[in-house]
Amino acid sequence: MSDPTNNDPLMDDREASTGLSGSTTADTLHPPTELTSSVTGELRRAVLGMNLLVSALAVVLALAIGAVLIALSSPNVIESAGYFFARPLDTVSAIWQSVTSAYSALFQGALINIDALREGDISRAFYPLSETLTVSAPLILAGLAVAIPFRAGLFNIGAQGQMAFAAIGGGFVGFAISLPAGVHLIVSLIAAMLFGAFYAGIVGFLKARTGAHEVITTIMLNYIAIYFLGWVLNQDWFQREGRNDPISPILSDTALFPRFFGDGLRVHAGIVVAVLAVVVLWWTLTKTTLGFKIQTVGANASAARTAGIDVGRIWIAAMLIAGAMAGLAVSMNVNGTDKVVTAGIVGNIGFDAITVALLGRGSPFGVLWAGLLFGGLRAGGLAMQASTGTPIDIVLVLQALIVLFIAAPALVRSVFRIRAGGTEALSLAKGWGT
Amino acid sequence: MTIAMPQKSSDVPLVTIAPPSPRKPIIMTSLAVALGAVFIWMAPSDQVTTFLFNLGDPVISIPDWEFNARIGATVFAILAVLFAAAAWPINARRGSLMLPALGVGVSLVLAFLSWVGADSRIPITGLLQGSLLLAVPLVFGAMSGVLCERSGVININIEGQLLVGAFLGAVVGSLLSNAYLGLLAAPVAGALLGLLLAVFATKYFVDQVVVGVVLNVLAVGLTGFLYTRFLTEEPDLWNNPPLLPTISIPVLSEIPILGPILFDQNVIVYLMYVVVIVIQIALFKTRWGLRLRSVGEHPEAADSVGIRVNRTRFRAVVLGAAVAGLGGAFFTLGSVGAFGREMTAGNGFIALAALIFGRWNPLGALAAALLFGFADNLQNVLSIIGSPIPSQFLLMLPYVVTIFAVVGLVGRVRAPGADGIPFRKS
Repeated sequence: MSDPTNNDPLMDDREASTGLSGSTTADTLHPPTELTSSVTGELRRAVLGMNLLVSALAVVLALAIGAVLIALSSPNVIESAGYFFARPLDTVSAIWQSVTSAYSALFQGALINIDALREGDISRAFYPLSETLTVSAPLILAGLAVAIPFRAGLFNIGAQGQMAFAAIGGGFVGFAISLPAGVHLIVSLIAAMLFGAFYAGIVGFLKARTGAHEVITTIMLNYIAIYFLGWVLNQDWFQREGRNDPISPILSDTALFPRFFGDGLRVHAGIVVAVLAVVVLWWTLTKTTLGFKIQTVGANASAARTAGIDVGRIWIAAMLIAGAMAGLAVSMNVNGTDKVVTAGIVGNIGFDAITVALLGRGSPFGVLWAGLLFGGLRAGGLAMQASTGTPIDIVLVLQALIVLFIAAPALVRSVFRIRAGGTEALSLAKGWGT
Repeated sequence: MTIAMPQKSSDVPLVTIAPPSPRKPIIMTSLAVALGAVFIWMAPSDQVTTFLFNLGDPVISIPDWEFNARIGATVFAILAVLFAAAAWPINARRGSLMLPALGVGVSLVLAFLSWVGADSRIPITGLLQGSLLLAVPLVFGAMSGVLCERSGVININIEGQLLVGAFLGAVVGSLLSNAYLGLLAAPVAGALLGLLLAVFATKYFVDQVVVGVVLNVLAVGLTGFLYTRFLTEEPDLWNNPPLLPTISIPVLSEIPILGPILFDQNVIVYLMYVVVIVIQIALFKTRWGLRLRSVGEHPEAADSVGIRVNRTRFRAVVLGAAVAGLGGAFFTLGSVGAFGREMTAGNGFIALAALIFGRWNPLGALAAALLFGFADNLQNVLSIIGSPIPSQFLLMLPYVVTIFAVVGLVGRVRAPGADGIPFRKS
């Protein structure tokens, strides 16, 4: 079992259930499945999700490395290390103090404010959880915008631009027309989805018709969308009256996501939309012909073409879905938290989404969990920076390390000296070729 | 396929070679005609455009050009159409269309400048010099991509490699108060990040796109964290590196126009010339380069003749990352001095685009990077002299040009055969 290519979880289960053991049986079982496991195994793995133990250990390992960074850079630690040989315990306690206070603030900032809970201040106690859900919603949706093209073998770096472009449509409908409450919100969301889908569709169309590489076109369209948004924000029909800075009018109340718990907590109905999108896309991918075609094209475009699938159309379809998801993602900010369109409406969500999609292994439910985890890290990181002064950038380091370690289970296993088993390195992108 | 020979019997089907597709000449001609017409029409007929060629106080001075804007636009537009017309016979002979394409491009840019420069002065030499400077990090980044991807490892990580190079270059240069020592440290930072890419790609066989993206996030996080903790706390100590001085190469720097552009720069620019030439020769004229390309095209074949695939890839990735790290130093030591959060601002991705645009060739990537640099700086210059186009559309220009170029003129590109595919020896 030391050969890393033969670690399909289903194969292990089958072996265990038949009660067969011994190397000869394993050898006779493995070779015929090896070829198919490279194609179907990948899909199964994506659905099965990740090996829980390795994932948990990956998070532990990432937190440990983060702790080293926090300790080494803490002013208190550096100061006490100056007289380390006189009073070594000072350094140890400074290290302990800096790491525990930072991580405790991170944890409480992501989930629940324990002090406030003791005091019975429910609203303040659950404020962190509300923030986590608020931040997660656009991350999950933008993560889907990257994940779906991944499944079709496309690398969509363009969620950023698709979101910026979609903000123009969704925002304009939100402030310029008047409709009854609810209907207005839905029309605004649809406008954002259409704008996003159009913008992402360009990429799929160019790829299908001319072979223009999607990595180039999405990067270029990101810049174009951001400058276009900047131009739109300076036009009379989009800029708020009496303002010189690039900002749109405030959206009508009828176009806003309802908040669950009044104005004290920011969490709004957008998170429900995000979860619904996850379910719908999971269903589309696994239960529909379109989903099957997307996965087939992603697994092997030339085989799919031979089998009669119009690969170009599937690429376009995957990008249209992606753009619609990016449109919903930016609506979380436009119709949810910000209530206006500004040049910075997208933030860095489109790029964070790439990490979310990777951690989620391109599967909708994986993206859901990854989005919640990163949303929690983000919300907690802000609280940590505010209360302990530890820069929020440590959250980026943690995110990167978690994805890296989960992607390389062999490394995690060797660090913790666990025997092989479970899923192997994930494979999503198919290189540059088509 | 067998080449058909002229045969007596007419019932033997001949394998005929299809005539070359006129797609590219059609695109070039229509671009030249359409854009040329727009520029002529927009150029005011009663204003004078001035092109300046002198930068500073050159030894050999070139007189400024002053001409009527509309006449200038017309002349250059006609020139563009002539170049496009020249593409037709060359295409029919299956010749290289590079020169006519270049001619069309340059003529159209000059026609454009005749229009937007009406009633003002366009510093041609300054425009080109600035373009070269903006292209420097792109070139280094693209060279990193060439080395990695020719060996079969996708390098999405260029952005991160540039960033850590810029960071460590600034910090070491500042701590030691010596820009050249900072320049030595920058490739080390790039190589360390590349080491991670290499380990995860060739030892743990993690998807290379995943590692690349993740290492970018790691680079942003690490530099941002250290920047906040140290560089902003004591900027004089940590973030105050001296700038690399400009070195004028005697005689060469006095050549009109070209001299100040190419030979009156700091040492990173000269290193860039060396790196591009060395990589071009090493890849295509040496045994090392042949081996490197073989593991990128067909690792099984390379392995069967005794080339160690993963070791070759490992070294190529680390070397490439060091090159990118060196280029990153240009952001700090070569231009502004102090490090800033996320100061590479997507240049690594533009370098990646230049790499693909340049078809994974060092010289092609160089040309693409120079094009990006030019479009970027054109926008800078136009925003200074003031132009009739909204600034946002000028800012979009380089990216729109790239999309058109990729769609129309480059079309389908072919990556190295095994790019992105891990090699597991069976």
